[in-house]
Amino acid sequence: MIKFEQPVLSINNLNKQFGKGCPSCKGSNEDSLKKNYCPVCGTVYACQNIMFEVYAGEILGVVGESGSGKSTLMQCLYFDQEVSSGEAYISSYKDGKTDVFAESSQQKRYIRNHMMGKVYQNPLLGLRINFTSIGNIAEKLIAAGNRHVGKMEARGKELLEHVNIPIYRMKEAPKNFSGGMQQRVQIAKALSNNPPLLLLDEVTTGLDLSVQASVLDLIKTIQRELQITVVIVSHDLGVIRMLADRTMVMLDGRIIEQGLTDQILEDPQHGYTQHLVQSLL
Amino acid sequence: MEKILAIEHLSKTFVIHNLNKHIEALRDVCIDLKEGEFVGITGKSGSGKSTVFKCIYRTYAPQQGCIWYHSKKFGLINLAELSERQMIYLRKYEIGYVSQFLNIMPRTTARELVKQAVLEMGYEEERAELEAVKMLEHFELDQELWDCYPGTFSGGEKLRLNIARAMVKRPRLLLLDEPTASLDPASKLKVRELIEQLKREGTTMIGIFHDIEFMENLCTREYTMRDGKLADLEL
Repeated sequence: MIKFEQPVLSINNLNKQFGKGCPSCKGSNEDSLKKNYCPVCGTVYACQNIMFEVYAGEILGVVGESGSGKSTLMQCLYFDQEVSSGEAYISSYKDGKTDVFAESSQQKRYIRNHMMGKVYQNPLLGLRINFTSIGNIAEKLIAAGNRHVGKMEARGKELLEHVNIPIYRMKEAPKNFSGGMQQRVQIAKALSNNPPLLLLDEVTTGLDLSVQASVLDLIKTIQRELQITVVIVSHDLGVIRMLADRTMVMLDGRIIEQGLTDQILEDPQHGYTQHLVQSLL
Repeated sequence: MEKILAIEHLSKTFVIHNLNKHIEALRDVCIDLKEGEFVGITGKSGSGKSTVFKCIYRTYAPQQGCIWYHSKKFGLINLAELSERQMIYLRKYEIGYVSQFLNIMPRTTARELVKQAVLEMGYEEERAELEAVKMLEHFELDQELWDCYPGTFSGGEKLRLNIARAMVKRPRLLLLDEPTASLDPASKLKVRELIEQLKREGTTMIGIFHDIEFMENLCTREYTMRDGKLADLEL
């Protein structure tokens, strides 16, 4: 098979479990566990043997029902959670030859501040809700090593303009903003350090249709203009259809199917994916 | 002329897990296409015409057989076994698909939609704008509609926009899945003119048509499909 470029992010055998495990579940083949939960010790296997690659300028969608491990996967990728085992390689970090999961906390912070951006479903997690909007952006810029106040303000204004937040409201705290505006401030904050990789965790959930459309449009425009790589988690197949080039389907902590988005939606192979697609409104 | 596409013994069966059913959609289909040709496929609804197209475009995963395509970038490749990344590349630069339906981002204007197709290929904003306007003008889409959202367009307008979006990329291989299905005679004539123009420019095309009259004198060859199989070959 011809490989014509290096992946921006490569994940190899990522596992994340909550709980210590017991002889009963440790001894058994994980694939033989009917659910990702051990009834004996209560250990939850949130992510099991996750393997995928994302390429430059690509949008990868991750779908699955609640509890399938999508958000845990995103938390692991953004180092919000420590992985139980597995490897990750980022092309912009040491030429993509070093496993970033094995790096020190300091290095992980460096990677997060310089090479990644994340937009959370809940703006309370991604923003300091009582800070000013531009202050939120400045926080990320300072973390990425910027110190020049004038330059940071100029960058903040540029980003807020890009996500259609009026400049005269830049000194207002996001707590006064609507849900859609809060998401847009989060997007601006996530983009402030020019990350090659953007992680979006259920960004449109809870927004009304009109705001959803404007957020989707914004993501698509930004992705095309900046040519960044995006991993987007959603349980809304409509969002995935609109945005993603390729899609992975997760169930009980495992990837059960992956392929081109239109192929996943029109010719799903796995029984669960068929069930999921049939539920599409 | 060199072959650009050769479908060999293509079969496709859909497995419906919850009903425990197997539906055979294609059986042993062989089609070939030379560079610069325009081949038409006819057949009743449900005969498998669109399935062939979707297998070429990899919207459906083919199960048996090969789809050999002569790519400018990758050389001779089997689309049935191609990596997803390569398929994305081919869709962006070499293979265009005009479906019967317009699937678009909400709140994207007609002009933006056509422009985006050019921008995706890496061209600059100015060139994209120029190409988009040229294409929208060619299809005589009312200028008032250019900056409107296509969600409110009529079926014919949507289809014209769909064709414009695919054709603006000037693909090497163009798949036309009933592009004239809901068009009025004047618009059909426009599509015909554009197909003729693309033929002159050397674009290889394969199209599904119900309108046999439309196909006459336009297609180099015709295939007829019946119950998922190729019925006969008319020269």
